[in-house]
Amino acid sequence: MIELTNQQALAEGARRKTLPVGLFAWLLVAPAMIFILVIVAWPLAETIRLSFMEADLGGETYVGTQNYQDLLESRKFHQTITRTFYWMFISVALKLVLGLVGATLLNAAVPGRGLFRVLVMPPWVIPIAIGCIGWLWLYNGYFGVLSGMAQRLGITDGPFEFLAYKSSAFYSAVVTDVWVGVPMVTLFFLAAMQGVSRDLYEAAWVDGAGRWYRFRRITIPQIMPVIISMSLLSAIFTFNSFEIIWILTEGGPRGATTTLIVDTYKTAIGNYKFGEGSARAVIIVVLLGAFSLAYLAFLNRINRKFGTK
Amino acid sequence: MMDKYTKWQIAGIYACLAVFLTFILLPFFEMFMASLRPLEHLFRSPYQFWSDDFSFQAYSDMWVTVPLLGRYIFNSIFIAFSVTFLTMIFVVPAAYAFARLKFPFKNATLGVFLGVNMFTGAVLLIPLYRVLRTLGLLNTYWAMIVPGVAFLIPTGIWLLRSYLEKIPVELEEAAFVDGASRMYTLRRVVLPLAVPGLIVVGVAVFIGAYAQQFLFAITFNQTRELQPLPAGLYEFIGYQSVTWNEMMAAALVGVLPVMVIFLFLQKYLVAGLTAGAVKE
Repeated sequence: MIELTNQQALAEGARRKTLPVGLFAWLLVAPAMIFILVIVAWPLAETIRLSFMEADLGGETYVGTQNYQDLLESRKFHQTITRTFYWMFISVALKLVLGLVGATLLNAAVPGRGLFRVLVMPPWVIPIAIGCIGWLWLYNGYFGVLSGMAQRLGITDGPFEFLAYKSSAFYSAVVTDVWVGVPMVTLFFLAAMQGVSRDLYEAAWVDGAGRWYRFRRITIPQIMPVIISMSLLSAIFTFNSFEIIWILTEGGPRGATTTLIVDTYKTAIGNYKFGEGSARAVIIVVLLGAFSLAYLAFLNRINRKFGTK
Repeated sequence: MMDKYTKWQIAGIYACLAVFLTFILLPFFEMFMASLRPLEHLFRSPYQFWSDDFSFQAYSDMWVTVPLLGRYIFNSIFIAFSVTFLTMIFVVPAAYAFARLKFPFKNATLGVFLGVNMFTGAVLLIPLYRVLRTLGLLNTYWAMIVPGVAFLIPTGIWLLRSYLEKIPVELEEAAFVDGASRMYTLRRVVLPLAVPGLIVVGVAVFIGAYAQQFLFAITFNQTRELQPLPAGLYEFIGYQSVTWNEMMAAALVGVLPVMVIFLFLQKYLVAGLTAGAVKE
């Protein structure tokens, strides 16, 4: 493309009839849209089609809603759904609470906070899979520092394998998931806190309001929009969290950490049952969609009630 | 003054910070300790936290055990950069349209983009595999770049849109009244003003691309030379023995370049989040 000088370009623009704004906007959006349609929408349509098939490496046969009926009747699948939502709620709650605490601490005017802010970032910045390898080591009964220290202090008799028992494996995975998610939540909260006008705090301070009161009555309401958007975002991430569970436990022991996404992957990629796997994938999409819509509707009602924007 | 703390309050804040940062940094510390331990010490019982023969041997041995290690580190960064670059090319015009222009089906279109946020690659792996095969992209860099771009476009649009909305519209109107074309206004007026926002969104996209390459790599790519670091690390798990200490050393060395880059960019990142994501 020929580079025009400023004046030439301005003259050119004046002479030419400009594009209608709607068309121009669509031209700008179209590349991204087409890309998304090919890489996300087309596979999604394929997934829906496959979910009505009995499909494996050999071929496909149409089975109607058989895959869905099997899932609806399967007790194991019901447990997986319950487990997934439990996993999501507990992990998101911890991320929000820790993020809020962390952001408050990092927002405190103490020497060295610039350094502390940098030190929070690593789990967010490195590949998730690499962080998980570190945790794999921490949870190891023989050479992990957690089990090692527990032995030293006499809490356990011998090596304790965190990932070998159903409930310890589940909560270990939760801790790792929280670890991966907390830095981002913390930094977003911190950024929001710094956006709160100092005048508000000073006015409250002059009126004799203590720190806790200021935190509750100024900080929290002011950063509420960010808390809300981060909780929805975290919920979706956590629901879909795959690599962490896969690397730590592959869904075990005895299915204790199998969430919907892990179940889907195992069925489709592990056992080549593409049809059944796709049915699970569709259910994930429906559940997440319903959850997001319910959440947004709930927010709308709150907003209308309190008239906040 | 309002921000003044008593001695005890400061001590309390530091104590809480210490606990918080211990949680965040513990795995890194553990990986570092593991990288120093000679292999034969790993299964020693009872557990010993400290031992006298810690060595940095693993840091030189790892390049021999996995000769392609340097390549893996490069691949990781190369893939993340390519994803970021391509994503930004798609995101910038779209975000501008959403921030400034009125057009039919605007909200519906934005909804479609945000809906994509609800998926991860793991849900769509099977058909995605087929799509990539149809496009002839399996076992190439593209197999890892293309899905990454698709899943990051929505986040990018969302972040950049709110940033662009804050740029005063008067400048564009002035340029437009002076006869500049729409494209010219976008390129010469809006983009230069949006540079800080572009950096922030770029960094956020890069983090996403760098953090989440594992799944696409193990599923869509069988070419050894093209694997990114997280997938390449599994080569330390050999047929006969697992050289854990070298694996940990390689993981730490592998993420070092990116960590250094972020050290310089962190100010932009935190500042940019404030500008972009906070106030609607």
